[in-house]
Amino acid sequence: MMSFGAIGFVTPALLAALLALPVLWWLLRATPPAPMRRAFPGISLLFGLKDTERTPARTPWWLLALRMAVLALAILGLAGPLLNPAPAPERADGPLLIVMDGGCASAPDWSARQGEVRQILDRADRAGRAVHLVSLSDAAPDLAPRAAADWAGVLDTMRPAGWAPDRAAFAARLDEMGDIGASIWISDGLGEADNLVEALSARGPVEVVLPEDVALALAPAMFEDGQLVTHILRAPGAPAQEVSVQVIGTDAAGIERVLDQVGQILAPGDEVTRVAIDLPLELRNRVSRLTLSAPYKSAGATVLTDDALQRRRIALVAGGRSGEAQSLTAPLHYLRTALQPVAELVEPPLAEVLDASPDIVMLADVANFSEEERSGLEDWVREGGLLVRFAGPRMAASATGQMVRDSLLPVRLREGGRSLGGAMSWGDPKRLRPFPQGTLFDGLDLPEDVDVVSQVMAQPDPDLADRTLVALEDGTPLVTARDEGRGRVILFHVTATPRWSSLPLSGLFLQMLDRIARVAQSGERGEAALEGAIWTPERVLDGMGEVTDADRIAGVAGARLAQAPGPDAPPGLYRAGVRGHAYNVMRDATALQRLDLPAGTATRGYTVRAERDLTGLFLSGAMLALMLDILATLALGGRLRPAARAGLGGLALLFVMGAQDVQAQNVDTQAVETQAVRDDPRAIYATSETVLAYVRTGDAEVDRISRAGLSGLSLVLARRTAIEPAEPVAVDIERDELAFYPMLYWPVTDAQAPPGPEAVARINTYLRTGGMILFDTRDTHLAVGAEGPGNAQLRRLAGQLDLPPLERIPPDHVMTRAFYLLDDFPGRYVGAPVWAEASFAPEDVDGVPFRNLNDGVSPVIIGGNDWASAWAVDDLGNFIRPVGRGVPGERQREMALRFGVNLVMYVMTGNYKSDQVHVPALLERLGQ
Amino acid sequence: MRSGPSDNLQGAARRAAGALPPLLARAERLAATVVLGEHGRRRAGIGEEFWQYRQAIPGDAAGAIDWRRSGRSDTAFVRQTEWSAAQTVTLNVDPALSMDYPEHGESKRTRAAVLACALSLLLVRGGERVGLAAPDLPPGAGRGQVDRIAGLLSGMTPHEDYCVPAMPDGRRGLLVALSDFLAPDPLLMPALDALAAQGQRVVLLQITDESEETFPFDGRTEFRSMSGALSFEAERARALRDGYRAKLAARRDMLRARSRSAGWSFATHRVQEPASRALLWLHRVIEGERR
Repeated sequence: MMSFGAIGFVTPALLAALLALPVLWWLLRATPPAPMRRAFPGISLLFGLKDTERTPARTPWWLLALRMAVLALAILGLAGPLLNPAPAPERADGPLLIVMDGGCASAPDWSARQGEVRQILDRADRAGRAVHLVSLSDAAPDLAPRAAADWAGVLDTMRPAGWAPDRAAFAARLDEMGDIGASIWISDGLGEADNLVEALSARGPVEVVLPEDVALALAPAMFEDGQLVTHILRAPGAPAQEVSVQVIGTDAAGIERVLDQVGQILAPGDEVTRVAIDLPLELRNRVSRLTLSAPYKSAGATVLTDDALQRRRIALVAGGRSGEAQSLTAPLHYLRTALQPVAELVEPPLAEVLDASPDIVMLADVANFSEEERSGLEDWVREGGLLVRFAGPRMAASATGQMVRDSLLPVRLREGGRSLGGAMSWGDPKRLRPFPQGTLFDGLDLPEDVDVVSQVMAQPDPDLADRTLVALEDGTPLVTARDEGRGRVILFHVTATPRWSSLPLSGLFLQMLDRIARVAQSGERGEAALEGAIWTPERVLDGMGEVTDADRIAGVAGARLAQAPGPDAPPGLYRAGVRGHAYNVMRDATALQRLDLPAGTATRGYTVRAERDLTGLFLSGAMLALMLDILATLALGGRLRPAARAGLGGLALLFVMGAQDVQAQNVDTQAVETQAVRDDPRAIYATSETVLAYVRTGDAEVDRISRAGLSGLSLVLARRTAIEPAEPVAVDIERDELAFYPMLYWPVTDAQAPPGPEAVARINTYLRTGGMILFDTRDTHLAVGAEGPGNAQLRRLAGQLDLPPLERIPPDHVMTRAFYLLDDFPGRYVGAPVWAEASFAPEDVDGVPFRNLNDGVSPVIIGGNDWASAWAVDDLGNFIRPVGRGVPGERQREMALRFGVNLVMYVMTGNYKSDQVHVPALLERLGQ
Repeated sequence: MRSGPSDNLQGAARRAAGALPPLLARAERLAATVVLGEHGRRRAGIGEEFWQYRQAIPGDAAGAIDWRRSGRSDTAFVRQTEWSAAQTVTLNVDPALSMDYPEHGESKRTRAAVLACALSLLLVRGGERVGLAAPDLPPGAGRGQVDRIAGLLSGMTPHEDYCVPAMPDGRRGLLVALSDFLAPDPLLMPALDALAAQGQRVVLLQITDESEETFPFDGRTEFRSMSGALSFEAERARALRDGYRAKLAARRDMLRARSRSAGWSFATHRVQEPASRALLWLHRVIEGERR
């Protein structure tokens, strides 16, 4: 190896051939280019002609230089040039051992590690050394030496494992290996070295490659005060870094996506950083994992969540069975409705309530417990359960908690309770007092319309004020709470129905229940809970932090899950029966440990500049120059025809000018011509397929949605109907020919200029000859009264068009039954009237109201429901824009698509469906 | 099956006949483009064909009077026959190698042979006697003579770069020379002088290729004669163009001047032009010569 600056040569001896270049120079100069031989009878006349230049020809200097360059490039190329050559290995005998950590801490810079190993392999390949390549995270590594080139394919398929490397195990197995010349350890810089360096040193020189940035990790997530809390873990001495934590879960449609993203700036030296994430309860319930976003993504920086973070399970128990038939007065109706979106509800009988392992138990007007039920609930509350009780006639009538404190009630109660504002009482219904600071409901909005008619009363014990969460204007407690062990008991002094108060009807009730659901702690899931069961992996994490389905991975004993993950137990979601367990790489929120290498170990970072083989570059350069030489020689010898010469000149000019200049030049040339050229492929495309078109507005987002919308509609059409449109096209209303498109979708934007006179003429022709334009003002959600803001824009744009009188699409219009039967025409928004050409007075044909539209299609449909947004799909066929919420939203989208199908059917088939109303009459006549 | 001379003869005949029919066919097609109208001398003279009746004038021999015709009227008529003294036309198709140019497409030699055959056909139909000069063929009449001419023309095996027109010894009549007249001056001048000195009547048609007139060459070129015996190297062929064209024009001027002084006819013909034009010119000139 010999190197000059950044370029080195594998076989420098070949460079000696460069000395021959001057000889070549001399030779080439001496021999002129061979003349062309040509038989020519007129030669007799040529004799005696005076030669203008009769000196012996010499090759022109530039051709000489070109040829010298060809030869020089070829010589340099064959000498094996390398950019940024790596220094030769110190010892070139014995196999080279490459040890990769290959654990999850290697994942963030895995490709850099692969690149490093690839370079080492290349060097070993050139030196002809055998190589061992071992990943420490591999349970059964291949310890046999192989040729370096053989490892390249293996290296490409290697992936980081989802667990930490087992260095001690490999150090112990090192003796199994044969002779080792030298070893290189590509380390991740974390964890215990486990005497690996010592073991390697015993076999030969060791070099440790350490990454610049060691990996980060994420501690398991938990809930604290209603917030999702996790910790970012780093090794000591970490620099300032900026990371973001992504909360990933399923959205309403069941598609996994990033629910929230929280940025965090880590100060230098911070080892454990707390990150708290506020999430709405609905989102919180769907969180499936937390991860550090790239470039820190890895299995260690990913935390799976299990049931502990999932929806709270709430058991609802009603005291009586009497009112079940009347749903609105059923004791649990309001609780059920309020809690449905945020929690998982179970309604077991009181005796079995704890078997459902609820997080919260809500008892509506339950007064009497059996001894077993009482003790069970008491234990459960002390263990951290949250018991919410609602008062009611039964509780008021029973004598519970009046004389002695009931363990399942926060306060002692007075007998009977009171009624306010009834026919037989003096007082008015009472309103609520503002919530005391620092209590559970602090910060909730106090509605004006909540009043209380009846309630159970608390005994005025000394600690009553401390236990009051909500009080009435006159100070009587409405909601009281008491902590019991690690759990809590909450009592609503009114019913869970509107019978005693209007609280269950108010929004406040929802918010209060939401707060309660948030503070509920999850049941204990200690290590003790793991043991004794075989846990089957459901989904596993790979080293990169990606979740994959766990196929063909055997179940693991619970005791194994208490230890760190390994090849036999990859991190992931495990399940035993109904119980789920998130088995994460990081067990707790302790800082990472930096790799402690013995003193004197040779370490280095990654090779900064990658070696690059330039042979191909040089040789192709030589080839290229050779081609040029051929052309130049031909030109010199007069063998190039003038046309070919001009062509070559043009080609060279193109090279020089670059494509962009040419394009600019093309634009400058006559617009009409380019238009014709541009139109040709468009016309062919538009006429060879059915194509939906939209008007380009100039607003990139609107155009994107228009395109995506028509793509989505085309997809639906192709799936459901005989129409199979090709990709939609954008139409420039000012310049493009419209005749090819059955319909145009024209979203109205305020940025759009009204069409020019030529465009107006063209659009009018289009409309008169059977085209249709769907104007979409996209403003139904902004509409005040009958008109949205887009209508003014629409008038501005379409004012000059030759539009017929319009009417709201009547219910018997053919649009409502061209393919699907439709009642309205929703898009992303719903409700705005949709307008079409006014039809003539309906005639009554055979008893069916029938509209005789002039055989064809209304030239315009005008509406504001933003149809394209409802139709829009991305490249994968997923809908881009949300429509409504939940199931009704899906229904609305479906209806929007059906409208699109009907619309295109209407455009394509005209009033064919309208004619269908005659069919019964025709059949009847045929029968006669 | 006997082998020997007869086989060779047959083979040679077949080879010769291979080129013959196309040449003849082409020549006939070409000759058909010239409409002869009435043939013959169109004047009274010694011949076999009836020409006209003429009123007898004093001095006519009594034996010359056609009694059958005179019996139908009061005056005596003399029956005259058309003058059909045949003229001898000798065709000189340049046998030089230089006529084998251009190598691609129709060569000057082919064009000359076609013209010669077509002209023979026309002349034979007109009752003339046609012969060849370069492969010596004594003049003869009749269709058979045309076949012989065609056979000789298609069987020519040239050796020399340039040849000059000459009349075979002792032959008189009209010499039609079809050549490119590109022979060097020292060769060409004496031949022309000799013809003029013999007092021969000569028709010269210079057949050239387009490239010989325009000289469309460029670059470093080594020009060679068709046999390769002569060569001329040009550094930049384009630079020679003007000089060459001037010399060609001078050569044509010289030929034209000599023709005028000797009472000959001279024209040029390009291979790229239709052959009928040259044939028409030749026919017209020969008709005129006969008058």
